[in-house]
Amino acid sequence: MGDIAVQIRGLCVKYNGVPALEDIDLDIQEGSYVGILGPNGAGKSTLLKVILGLVKPSRGAVSVFGEPPERLRARGAIVGYLPQRPLGNPGFPVSVQDVVLMGRYGRLGLFRRVRREDREAAARSLERVGIGHLARRPVGELSGGEQQRVFIARALCVEPRLLILDEPTVSLDACAQDELYELVNRLKQEMGLTVLMVCHDVGAVSRFVDDVICINRRIHVHQPPPIGRLGLEQTFGCSVEYLFHGEVPHRVVRSHDD
Amino acid sequence: MIDLLTVGFLQRALLAGIMVSVLCGVLSVFVILRRMAFIGVGISHSAFGGVALGFLLGVPPLWTGVTFSVLVAIIIEWARKHSRIGEDAAIGILFSASMAVGVVLLHLSRTYNVDVFGFLFGNILAVARGELAEIFVLTVAALSVFFAFYKELVFLSFDEEMAWVSGVPVGMLRYVFMVVMAVVVIMSMYLVGIILVEALLVIPGATARNLTRHIRAMVMVSIAVSTGSTVGGLWLSYQLDLPSGAAVVLLLAVLFFFSILPHRLGRPLRAST
Repeated sequence: MGDIAVQIRGLCVKYNGVPALEDIDLDIQEGSYVGILGPNGAGKSTLLKVILGLVKPSRGAVSVFGEPPERLRARGAIVGYLPQRPLGNPGFPVSVQDVVLMGRYGRLGLFRRVRREDREAAARSLERVGIGHLARRPVGELSGGEQQRVFIARALCVEPRLLILDEPTVSLDACAQDELYELVNRLKQEMGLTVLMVCHDVGAVSRFVDDVICINRRIHVHQPPPIGRLGLEQTFGCSVEYLFHGEVPHRVVRSHDD
Repeated sequence: MIDLLTVGFLQRALLAGIMVSVLCGVLSVFVILRRMAFIGVGISHSAFGGVALGFLLGVPPLWTGVTFSVLVAIIIEWARKHSRIGEDAAIGILFSASMAVGVVLLHLSRTYNVDVFGFLFGNILAVARGELAEIFVLTVAALSVFFAFYKELVFLSFDEEMAWVSGVPVGMLRYVFMVVMAVVVIMSMYLVGIILVEALLVIPGATARNLTRHIRAMVMVSIAVSTGSTVGGLWLSYQLDLPSGAAVVLLLAVLFFFSILPHRLGRPLRAST
């Protein structure tokens, strides 16, 4: 474990005065695989969006590989992102290959056409996720699991160091879910990625991830945490990245060896 | 058809019509994919205020119209991002208010005459040599914008948030698109008039959407539909002595109707996708 991939200090996010995230401190080591758990509306997606620069913090500082997210975005080439609903318009007339190539547009920049090396990168990404044979199909005609692979391929096409997945399995059946978790795990190993994944599935998360972050923005509504952070760290014998306790029960899974 | 092409004003009408239609064919694809049909209505009707201002001040209505609708386009985009009311409400307010302004200005200038009717319903046969040159310049400019930003426009139409994350300057491109749309709307006014411009913004793309599965093919078919309708409409209006703008729009509507048929007749058992 070398550098810190994501560092957050004193982060608060408010939507129209209503806090979505409060007092978040977080360090994510490069090369780690982090699962984010929490009930609906707890601020999981908001946290991802802050890291991506999509949401501006009301207070606090965020840095990704030592830089603010906006500056990283301008270079367009370090973070791969799989949004929660990547196909907003299923009838959109583009092929799988076109969608994956979009991952290159940021690093290409304005006024530059797609080159052969971009097409090759797109083809490699598709092979990596096992759907090279679907390159020419309209993306709206694929199954849910295949579509998720397309969008993961697009995220890989960025050649990222950090891969951010927002509930990648939410629309998939159990079998396709397992395949997707296996795939992400394999990609992480092969490409040396740092992976940040929002997920509802505690069981699946515990099989793969190094750390679990539990988020519940509603901490402010409730009693002080029953267990302090220090207590948890002693309990698990490792640094629990951060933990909120709200009214909704949650679990922290898998301790470290170290 | 031969004698049709030898008449000077018909040549100009045909040339202007083809340039405008090619541009509308490209624009229409994005209007359909980005669901901006109502914005088109808003911008085109708002132009009426600008055109009337031109009549009042005695300056070419084209330029006051362009200024006015570009301004309205920018306000719509700004309101979408910064105001509490939705984009649709902002458009509704702006376009009715600009038309009311137009009616008042026309009343003041007391020229509710044939010229005005031409701007409302198109008068491509009256396009002058100088106007043809203006249309040419604006067409080249607008097509260059599409050419330069094509890949980004497709990306942000597909997924705006993802485009932003990837470093595409989404905010800037949204404004650019609105301004180009305003310019195209004003040029289309010559062909079909303020009231009917919407047909050129929506029908070519919608027809192409029904007939194609890939965006490149969609652009080609959309251009073919709009150009074909313009040439056919002008010919019909010449042969049957019909108003040319209305003839073009009717042809567009007929083509759209035929583009639905394969879906309805050919695949009756398949769920619509």
